[in-house]
Amino acid sequence: MIDHTRTDVSLRVNEAFHRLSVDNRRTLLDLLREDLGLTGPKKGCDHGQCGACTVLCDDRRVLSCLTLAVAADATAVTTVEGLAAEGELRPIQEAFVRLDGFQCGFCTPGQICSAVGMLAEHAAGWPSAVTAGDAPDRVPELDETEVRERMSGNLCRCGAYPSIVRAVLETAARQGGAA
Amino acid sequence: MSPEPAPGAVGASRPRIEGPLKVTGAARYAADVPLPDLAHGWMVTATTSRGRVRDVDASTALAMPGVLGVLDHRNAPRLDQGAGNYFGPDGSLQLLQHEVIPYAGWPVALVVAETPEQARAAAAALRVTCDAEPHDLDLGLEHPAARPASTAFGPEADTGDLDAELAASAVVVEERYRTPEESHCAVEPHAATVWWDSGDLYAVDSNQGAFSVSEVLAALWSIDRERVHVRSEHVGGGFGGKGACGPPVILGSLASRRFGRPVRIVMTRAQVFETTSSRPPTDQLLTIGADADGRLRAVRHRAAYALSPLAEYIEACTEQTKVLYAAPAIRTQLVAVPLDVLPPASMRGPGATPGSFALESAIDEVAERLDLDPVELRLRNQPAVGPVSGLPFSTRRLVACLREGARRFGWAARDRRPRSRREGALLIGSGVATTSFGAGVFPSTASITAETDGTFTVSVGASDIGTGARTALTAVAADSLGVGTEKIRIRIGDSDLGAAWGAGGSRGTTSWSFAITEAAKKLRENPGDPAGPVTATVDTTTMIDFRPGGERQTFSAVFAEVAVDPATGEVRVRRLLGLFAVGRVINPLLARSQVVGGMVMGLSMALHEESVRDARTGRLVNGDFAGYHIASHADVPDVEADFVPDYEPQDPSGFNGLGEIGTAGTAAAIANAVWHATGTRHRVLPVRLDRVLEPGRAAVREP
Repeated sequence: MIDHTRTDVSLRVNEAFHRLSVDNRRTLLDLLREDLGLTGPKKGCDHGQCGACTVLCDDRRVLSCLTLAVAADATAVTTVEGLAAEGELRPIQEAFVRLDGFQCGFCTPGQICSAVGMLAEHAAGWPSAVTAGDAPDRVPELDETEVRERMSGNLCRCGAYPSIVRAVLETAARQGGAA
Repeated sequence: MSPEPAPGAVGASRPRIEGPLKVTGAARYAADVPLPDLAHGWMVTATTSRGRVRDVDASTALAMPGVLGVLDHRNAPRLDQGAGNYFGPDGSLQLLQHEVIPYAGWPVALVVAETPEQARAAAAALRVTCDAEPHDLDLGLEHPAARPASTAFGPEADTGDLDAELAASAVVVEERYRTPEESHCAVEPHAATVWWDSGDLYAVDSNQGAFSVSEVLAALWSIDRERVHVRSEHVGGGFGGKGACGPPVILGSLASRRFGRPVRIVMTRAQVFETTSSRPPTDQLLTIGADADGRLRAVRHRAAYALSPLAEYIEACTEQTKVLYAAPAIRTQLVAVPLDVLPPASMRGPGATPGSFALESAIDEVAERLDLDPVELRLRNQPAVGPVSGLPFSTRRLVACLREGARRFGWAARDRRPRSRREGALLIGSGVATTSFGAGVFPSTASITAETDGTFTVSVGASDIGTGARTALTAVAADSLGVGTEKIRIRIGDSDLGAAWGAGGSRGTTSWSFAITEAAKKLRENPGDPAGPVTATVDTTTMIDFRPGGERQTFSAVFAEVAVDPATGEVRVRRLLGLFAVGRVINPLLARSQVVGGMVMGLSMALHEESVRDARTGRLVNGDFAGYHIASHADVPDVEADFVPDYEPQDPSGFNGLGEIGTAGTAAAIANAVWHATGTRHRVLPVRLDRVLEPGRAAVREP
């Protein structure tokens, strides 16, 4: 008998291929956490309001708590666990540690995934709400105001924002845009 | 002043030890631990603010796929009713034990199922019927149920002849200030994974003190504390909201016992808002009399706060009034008003934070009335000794904070007239506030083992909720053992490590450090057999002088610059600078992060935060991050913070706490800056857009 409450999905997560049968109600966040044991992405609100669940789907930042697992079929997902090779830190991760861009660390996986996605968006020339001009034909200059605007979907109650902004800007400057 | 400390780990900036774990997702929090055979619990909460549960109809829920069962007050295992908290018996621990509903959000049932989705769906299918009774959530100083607050934190102030001093004053400012109910909003929701094994209770829980949670659980279950094992290795923020033994670990223990399975309960964000705890609303009246030259003659501070009849609680709004200023007459009157509210709990800078908003706004109003510079007014009223206690301050570097802060901020160039500075359409203003916050130590136990390979294992029941305790204590241990930090292995966050104070009251790091330095001293005095590992354990309970001969306080001065858009009412904080006197700083990098974070929370309090309740139902109408705004990246400027040189003589290492003082002074500094920008005084928090646009409507009684 066909179980209409479940669906088979196939997706690549951090370079590993997975095929699973999921409850249709399961979110991508819960698939990552409960089915795959990837507990880096965090559930801070389950409503897309805090950003702690941010992951990259096909290199774009996505709120995994607002993404049904069935809708992530055939995507390539990168979580904070997959950002760096085993035993190494990516520049943005190293900058977060060195500049103290977190305290409790709970929002950090989302902040870092968001920063990676945001820097790629910026490098691709995407404007933000604070970018001057209606349709810039150039990559907007990345300053504190731009970073704050573009990272505002990621809440941090410890108030590490100033250090996070420094870590993002420093990484952008050192990497020429890529995190 | 400060003895020159030997160069070592203390005083050096070092990144967090657990940093690599946190930036790679490897740090495991309470909802992250894998466990075989795990079941999932889902809370169902009351929708009435006062009443009784008439019936819980679980027939539909029990027939749904994966449901293991439903617990309510009729079938849950019984708990001991005497269990309590710091202040005594605590009725909020008695979950699923009776049919009474004390506040909206009270847990009335727990659904347990194989998966979170199944538990959530069954919880939605549960039919709970209640008999509602009239509720009262209306706080005010004049409330008929108001009664004197507990004096467990010290007696009220009543020095000098208040009436005579007020009569002799050149100006008297008497104003009323209100702060709203606020929510802690740690980004990690309260969560616990709980199981029983051979009569022992195990929990991985999100809390601020694993040992005290184990004590409460032992009392609830009437078992030896040694049979309760609570681990909290990583905690996603607390801010006071996770100081207690929370609903997930209590309900998890009930469900795990009933169903014989490990149970995980992760509260939803809405449940965290409605069920955990809050900073209570306050209603405060300040009366300050001063001479024409700005010398204060009298300060009276009356304050009321809401609490629940379930448990005693103190929101010590009037504490700073006993510490900050010299005046011949000082009187404080703190009252508690039992209402049908979510039980309050300490929230970052409890008492001091709402109290500072009132006191430091009123002081600014005195400066305004006398046409004096507010920094100068504060400098003219610094006490030589505790103005109420008469005791000397063991250290008081407030003037240094004020002068250095004013210098860095460029305060001298400020025109003190309101509405004197514009940039285009924007009104620009600046404000200042000072703060004190009590410091001290509580009993803790630490063990240090000298291993045979030359390393040391340091075990203390500390919590790192984002404070950097793990890193700070490693430095303290290294210096007290005379070795490098690479020789130290630190173990924290486990109730099996012995009695310890939690992360709270700005007393965690000082309490744990005291125990570590004493254990190190003992180990060095009794090195033991060099062939095998040697352990020294110290409990500081009998070493602490709870009645020291001096006032032990930390101090700060906060400066803010705001831009106000008179067309939209929007207030943007453009600069925020804090100078802090908090004893000897262990790790400047992490300490700065903590006080900056505290100031960010103060900014958020000033401009954004309030729990809004429906007057008819008493329920929260904004219990999520879309409705309850906490400061986001775009709200926060590049906050500046620094420390003036300081050393606390009452502490063996010169330390004081700094976890809360950053929050305390910030709201007043920002509100004072808004006055300076606009000429309108905001005595009700938060300084909302509509209140800026229509200041006449911001009546003091407005909810």
